[in-house]
Amino acid sequence: MAKKRVVQTTINGDAVEFLCEPRQTLLEVLRDVLNLTGTKEGCANGNCGSCTVLMNGRPVTSCLVLGVEAEGAEIRTIEGVACGGHLDCVQQAFLEGAALQCGICTPGFIMQTEALLAENPQPTEEQVRFHLAGNLCRCTGYDKIVRAVLAAAEKKRANV
Amino acid sequence: MRDFDYEAPLQLAAAVDLLARHSGAARPLAGGTDLIDHVRTGRLSPDLIVDIKKIAELNVLAADATGLRLGAAVTCTQVAAHPAIIQNYAALADSAQIIGGVQIQNRASIGGNLCNSGPAADSTPSVIALGGRCVIARPKGMRELPAEEFCTGPGKNVLAPGELLVEIRFPAPPAHSGSHYRRFIPRNEMDIAVVGVAAAITLDSQKQKVTAARIALGAVAPKPLLATEAAAELVGRPLTDDVIAQAAAAARKIATPITDMRGTAEYRLHLVGVLVERVVRAAAARARGEAIDYKPGH
Repeated sequence: MAKKRVVQTTINGDAVEFLCEPRQTLLEVLRDVLNLTGTKEGCANGNCGSCTVLMNGRPVTSCLVLGVEAEGAEIRTIEGVACGGHLDCVQQAFLEGAALQCGICTPGFIMQTEALLAENPQPTEEQVRFHLAGNLCRCTGYDKIVRAVLAAAEKKRANV
Repeated sequence: MRDFDYEAPLQLAAAVDLLARHSGAARPLAGGTDLIDHVRTGRLSPDLIVDIKKIAELNVLAADATGLRLGAAVTCTQVAAHPAIIQNYAALADSAQIIGGVQIQNRASIGGNLCNSGPAADSTPSVIALGGRCVIARPKGMRELPAEEFCTGPGKNVLAPGELLVEIRFPAPPAHSGSHYRRFIPRNEMDIAVVGVAAAITLDSQKQKVTAARIALGAVAPKPLLATEAAAELVGRPLTDDVIAQAAAAARKIATPITDMRGTAEYRLHLVGVLVERVVRAAAARARGEAIDYKPGH
């Protein structure tokens, strides 16, 4: 068996060192090694976006990243979104807009939305839909999600 | 996932050495969006994965008066946002922003798309139409070949064990040039091309007659095709409806599509004609300096 590697990374602002086999994906490392189970596995082949995390500020599907590739990277997961026990704007908007039902896709949608609003604070509905194309939800029909993202953007702008 | 070893060399020579020593049992890793899935499903079973993203030569992204150098590991996101690519190699930017979703584009590279050699690869027709040349490192030196000669069949290409695609080089387009890539899919995004077409067109100084043209077709043959005969119909002529229709007819003649869940062969042949006409018009509009009416997914 390939030797385990020591990987040094930053997760949600904290320096983290973990041991993993080369064949373990970042998703497996987050969930099974680091016990950060907020990131969900959906399809495990990069189609559904459930496992979306931010890697150096950019959303990636963590099922298609090897844990060893996280060496030196900054990772942000759903666990790092709320601050001091308070939900952030995006989480609050999803909650208030009932933009979730079963919830499996929600952490991925929220991470993808965080990345969108960091880059484009005032997206159009079309831009939101295009940006979220890599995240699948089988419950909501997307409308409430899109409205929640637009509401979060508006609230975030008002707070600045 | 099956067990494998992992190396992330900093030097190109070290990567080539690793790939050569494992002769076929090692696979290079760029964005991993195909590789990791293929290992998981057992379609590929490497003993060693060589992460090539830390090698400077594979991250080159530079455009100047002599042309564009695109390192094999440069992501689609980088390509789609690069001002010189948007301006002078627009077909590449068109492709880069419709490959998968944002998450995939943040990892996947144009070089990886080429090396996976899927017949429906969205960026390969653009690479071919823009006259891309593949620069390949091998244990003893380098070799270069035109992009249209790179793929040899579904999932197959000219790379021998121990060879690594380093970069794709594009000539600088002459004045009054434009390019475009468009595909047909039944959805708005996140789908595989039923047919994809790229074209690069150069017009004369009056912006009337075509002085040079390259057209490439995806998803209608075992590999992406350079449609030499279709492009030849355009050269020396003004872009009238008749001339464009002749180019579309010539493109249909070289297409040998299959029937599958995405469409019948007959349907694909029809689409080749429709897309060649639309893509040639759009590339020519860009050559005239006009904005084109195109939104990805529409």
